Amino acid sequence: MDKFTSLQGIAAPFPMVNVDTDRIIPARFLKTIKKTGLGKNLFNELRYNEDGSEKPDFILNKPAYREAGILVAGDNFGCGSSREHAPWALIDFGIRCVIAPSFADIFNNNASKNGMLLIALPQETVDKLMEDAEKGGNARLSVDLEKQRIVRPDGEVIDFDIDPFKKHCLLNGLDDIALTLQKDDKIGAFEDARKTAQPWA
Amino acid sequence: MAQPKTLFDKIWESHVVDVQEDGTCLLYIDRQIIHEITSAQAFEGLREAGRTVRRPEAQLLVPDHNVPTTDRSLPIENEESRIQIDLLKENAEAFGLPYIELNDIRQGIVHVIGPEQGFTLPGLTMACGDSHTSTHGAFGCLAFGIGTSEVEHVLATQSLIQRPAKNMRVTVDGALPPGVVAKDLALAIIGAIGTAGGTGCVIEYAGKAVEDLSMEGRMTLCNMTIEGGARAGLVAPDRTTFDYVKGRPMAPKGAAWEQAEAYWRTLPSDPGATYDKEVTISAASIEPQVTWGTSPEMVLPISGSVPDPSGEQDGNRKRSLERAIEYMGLSAGQALTDIRVDKVFIGSCTNSRIEDLRTAAAVARGRSVADGVHAMVVPGSGLVKHQAEEEGLDAVFKEAGFDWREPGCSMCIAMNGDMLQPGERSASTSNRNFEGRQGPGGRTHLMSPAMAAAAAVNGHLSDHRELL
Repeated sequence: MDKFTSLQGIAAPFPMVNVDTDRIIPARFLKTIKKTGLGKNLFNELRYNEDGSEKPDFILNKPAYREAGILVAGDNFGCGSSREHAPWALIDFGIRCVIAPSFADIFNNNASKNGMLLIALPQETVDKLMEDAEKGGNARLSVDLEKQRIVRPDGEVIDFDIDPFKKHCLLNGLDDIALTLQKDDKIGAFEDARKTAQPWA
Repeated sequence: MAQPKTLFDKIWESHVVDVQEDGTCLLYIDRQIIHEITSAQAFEGLREAGRTVRRPEAQLLVPDHNVPTTDRSLPIENEESRIQIDLLKENAEAFGLPYIELNDIRQGIVHVIGPEQGFTLPGLTMACGDSHTSTHGAFGCLAFGIGTSEVEHVLATQSLIQRPAKNMRVTVDGALPPGVVAKDLALAIIGAIGTAGGTGCVIEYAGKAVEDLSMEGRMTLCNMTIEGGARAGLVAPDRTTFDYVKGRPMAPKGAAWEQAEAYWRTLPSDPGATYDKEVTISAASIEPQVTWGTSPEMVLPISGSVPDPSGEQDGNRKRSLERAIEYMGLSAGQALTDIRVDKVFIGSCTNSRIEDLRTAAAVARGRSVADGVHAMVVPGSGLVKHQAEEEGLDAVFKEAGFDWREPGCSMCIAMNGDMLQPGERSASTSNRNFEGRQGPGGRTHLMSPAMAAAAAVNGHLSDHRELL
C-alpha cells in the first residue's frame, strides 16, 4: 500500500452527518473487478445531474475544491456497508485524508488498509477546521502523521491521536498480510490446538 | 474466583493467536463466506503476490448480490454482472474452494445460507465482505463485516488484525405485544441509540423478549446491529439455537455434537459480567415501526407523523432532517399512514426467511395488491423458496398479485436490475433507507414483512394489526 507521511493541501468542507458508503459510491458502481477508476463516480448522486452533467453547487465541482486532498466531514462518516470501494473512490479522486468527529468502524479499517489517514477530533475542533476549509484554496491545511499534528492556515497546531499500529503501517506503507505471514507458526500452533479441543470448528 | 466474562469476551479470548505490545491482536477466523461483489480484488491480490488460501475448507462461496431474480434458465443479461458471477466461480475453481452455484437449490443470500447449511455455529468467529455479517451473531457466533483487503487477509492467513471491541448490552425486558416482531425491535433500538450508538462495540442482546425470539427473529435483530454502528451483535446460544442447528448439513454430528453442545452451554455471559455500555428497553411499549427518512435512525411507530425540523436545536441535525424530508417528498406533520407506496419489496438478508414469508402471507391471504402497486417477494435462498412452495405460500402471494421471484439480494441493494425509478417509493423489509439505496432518487421506508404486505394491499403505509 502507498505510504502516508504528510500532506499539505486544500480541504473541502463536507459538514453532512452520517455520510454513508452508498452516498460515497452507489452500489451500481460495485460491478467493477478493479480497485481503480472509481473516482469519477465518487459522491455520484450529489455530484451529477441525471443527464450526467455536473451540479455546479456541489462542493467538489467548485473550481476551488476540484484538487482537494482533504475532506473535513460530519459525524459518523462512512457508515453503512463494508464496501472498500468507498476509500478506493475517495483515493482515486485524490482525497487521502478525512477529518471528522467520528468514523464508522469498517470504513475506518478499510481506509487504513489503503494508505488513507482518518483523523477523529472533537466537534468544536472539526468546526474550526471546517471554517478553514470554507476559505478554499486560500487556506491549506498541513497534516503531519509522524508528529500527529495538523497545522491550520493561521499557524495554530492541532494534535491528534491515532492507533500506534495503524500509524506504523501507514508511515511505512506496510502490507499487513506479509506482517501476519511472519506469524505463520503461531497460527499453525493455534490451529493444531483447536483441532484437538474443538474438532467441529 | 475468576473474573466474570461476557459472551463476547469468551469468544474473543478463545480466538486470540497473538497479542502485540501495543495491544493489537491477531484473531483467528474460523469461517469466511464470500460473494461476488467484494472478493474479485482480494483474489487478484493473492495472485499478484503469489499467495495461496490457507484453509480452503473454511471458506464458502456463493453469488447473491448481483444475481437476477427472474428466470435462471436464461443467460445473465447484464455483462458486468455476468463477469463478476463467472469470476467468482473461476476463483473458487482456481483456489479449490467450496462453491454453491447460481442454479443450486442451496444458493441464496450469504447470511441466509450460512445458518441454513450449519456453516454458522455458536462460539465461532466468522467474517464476510458484507456489513450484515452481524446476522450470524444470532447463534452466539462472533461475526462481522470486513472490507476486501481483509477478505484477502483471511484467505491468506485465516486471521484478522483487530483490537478488542467494547462490550455493550441491550436488554429488552418483558414480552413484545402481538403483531410486534424482531424487525420492529431492531428499528426501535436503532431509533433509541442512533446509527453511531454502537460504534466500537459488540452488542449483546439480552432479556426475555430476545430469549423468546425464534432463530429467524434473532437473525433479523442481529442483522441490523450494523445500522446501530456496532460491527457485531450477539445472542447467547440456548435450546432454540441448538434445535435450529442440529441436523444441518455442516453441523457437527454424533459424539462431536455432544461435545460441541456441552461447550456451547458454557458460552453465555457469566452472572456479574460488566459492560462498557448498557441500554434497557421495555418490549411492551414497542409498536410496529416504519422509517420515514434516509437513515435507519429516522424511525417512528406507525401511529406517528413526519417530524418537524423547526424544533431541532443542533444545526447539522436540523439540516439533515430538512434534507431527508425533502428527499423523501414528505411534509412535516404528515401522518405516516397517509404515505402512498409504488413498490413493495419483501426480501433481503434481514427478512427473507420462512417465518418472514409466513407472516407476510398471512396478511396477503385472500387480499389483493392495491392498484398501481408492484409488490415482489424474493426468498432468501432456494431452500426457503422450496419450503414456502411446499407450504403453499407462493400460491397465496401469486393469487394476491405479488411477484414471486428467485433468491438473491435483489432490491435491497438494487444492483441486479430490481430497483426503484427516480421518485418512486417503496415499503421494504430490507435494512437501509439511504438516499439512492434502492435506485437513484428512490425513496425507501423500512418495516417488517407483515407491515410491507399491509402496505401492498392498502397502497399506503398502514398498521398490519388492523388486518389481522
